[in-house]
This record gives sequence, C-alpha cells and structure tokens, in this order.
Amino acid sequence: MTFSTLTFSRRETIALGLGAATVALLPIPAMATTDEAIAAFTGGADVADGGISLNAPEIAENGNTVPIEFTADGASAVMLLATGNPNPDVGTFNFGPLAGSRTASTRIRLAKTQDVVAIAKMEDGSFTRTSATIKVTIGGCGG
Amino acid sequence: MAVGVKPRVKVPKTASAGEVITIKTLISHKMESGQRKDKEGNLIPRSIINRFVCDFNGQNVVDVKMEPAISTNPYFQFEATVPEAGEFQFTWYDDDGSVYEEAKSVAMG
Repeated sequence: MTFSTLTFSRRETIALGLGAATVALLPIPAMATTDEAIAAFTGGADVADGGISLNAPEIAENGNTVPIEFTADGASAVMLLATGNPNPDVGTFNFGPLAGSRTASTRIRLAKTQDVVAIAKMEDGSFTRTSATIKVTIGGCGG
Repeated sequence: MAVGVKPRVKVPKTASAGEVITIKTLISHKMESGQRKDKEGNLIPRSIINRFVCDFNGQNVVDVKMEPAISTNPYFQFEATVPEAGEFQFTWYDDDGSVYEEAKSVAMG
C-alpha cells in the first residue's frame, strides 16, 4: 500500500544517526494512510467513540509481539490499525453467525511507540472506535 | 516458500448444545513483513499468511484478514458457539498460494 514512501530500514537509519530525522518525517505519511484505511473500512461514515474496548499493555518491551485483545459487543467486523507502523493495517476480524462473542485476541508488531486504533462495524451499520497508546521499547518492524 | 508450517489448535473435546467455547490457534510461520532488509540492503520480499478462517459444520465463526503487522507465528483466541456435535475447520491462506488446514471435532457431552 504505502511501502514506497517508507523504504528505509529502521536499523540502518538509526545506525547512521538519522533517527531524529526519521522520527520527524514519519508521522505525516503514517497519519495520512491511517485515515485512508479508516475511510476505506467505513466508506466515509461517521465513527463514534466507545462501544468497543481494547485491552493492550501500556508498555511493550518487544514490539515484535504485542498481545492485544478487543471486545466489541454487537460488532460484525473489527479492524485494527497501528498508526505508527510503516503500513498501518494490522488485520480485520469478520464475525460469522457462530461467533460466540465479539472478542478476539492476537499478537501484533509495532514499529515504535504509537496509538493502536480499533474500529468496529456494528450490525446496524454504524461505526465506533477506540484507541490505546502502547509504549514500545524495541521496535518490531524491519531490521 | 514457507517451510515447517505447523498449525496448532486448542478446542474442548466436548461441549453442551449452545455452549460458547474458547478456541486458541497458533500456526508456525515466519510472517516476513516485506519491510526488512538482508545484509546487502535488499528488501526481503513479503511472505505472510494473509487470511485465517474458522468454520463449524460449514458455518462461519470468524474470518480474519491479516496484514504484515501480525506477529510471527500468528496466534488467535476467540469464542465460538457450538449448536450441535460437529467439526471445526481451520484454514490459513499463505501469500504463496499454500493453504494450511486443521480440523477438530467436538462431541456433545
């Protein structure tokens, strides 16, 4: 999706002492693509806050595997986004007729300290979101 | 080509009709993100599992679209309703076209 804008490797840039410049450059393309991903999922519909909970650690020592869990009662699909990753998409959970609850947990990669956003598509067609800030000690992308 | 891919699934052996059970799945896969570079600075091409589906007797439980931000050895935990005795089918779809399958039967008890 957006690999072309961010083709550098983190380890290399840090090794070269360009870490500060990298951090300064990152948020602009990353935020733009997060909004694009949200728009693609919601079709431009309004997204309300609440109605979904995201359970994630405050501090993740290893960004390569960060456990997260969400609960969104009444949701038919839930999309997870990592706003600070080179590609913000994490995954989309679609619940079928035999889903016992609208809860799932998985493990994700986070490149750096950032907000993780969960957006739920409710059965009535509305959308709701929540986010959680996770501090990452060792990034999990590239390198 | 992904090698040594081994799915592991934890499902209760028995359940009562209509019971909600917890399912845990893990599949060994390196989930190469397409962001990393090798020693020469060349991008290592993306190679991930991009979709995971769990069905029970042909009815869908959960269908997950996966991106490179899912960790190595993708793990999922979720809940399913068991309306009758039958079989859970788990399917993982790899970028390279491989399909990994696992099945677990559940008896009424």
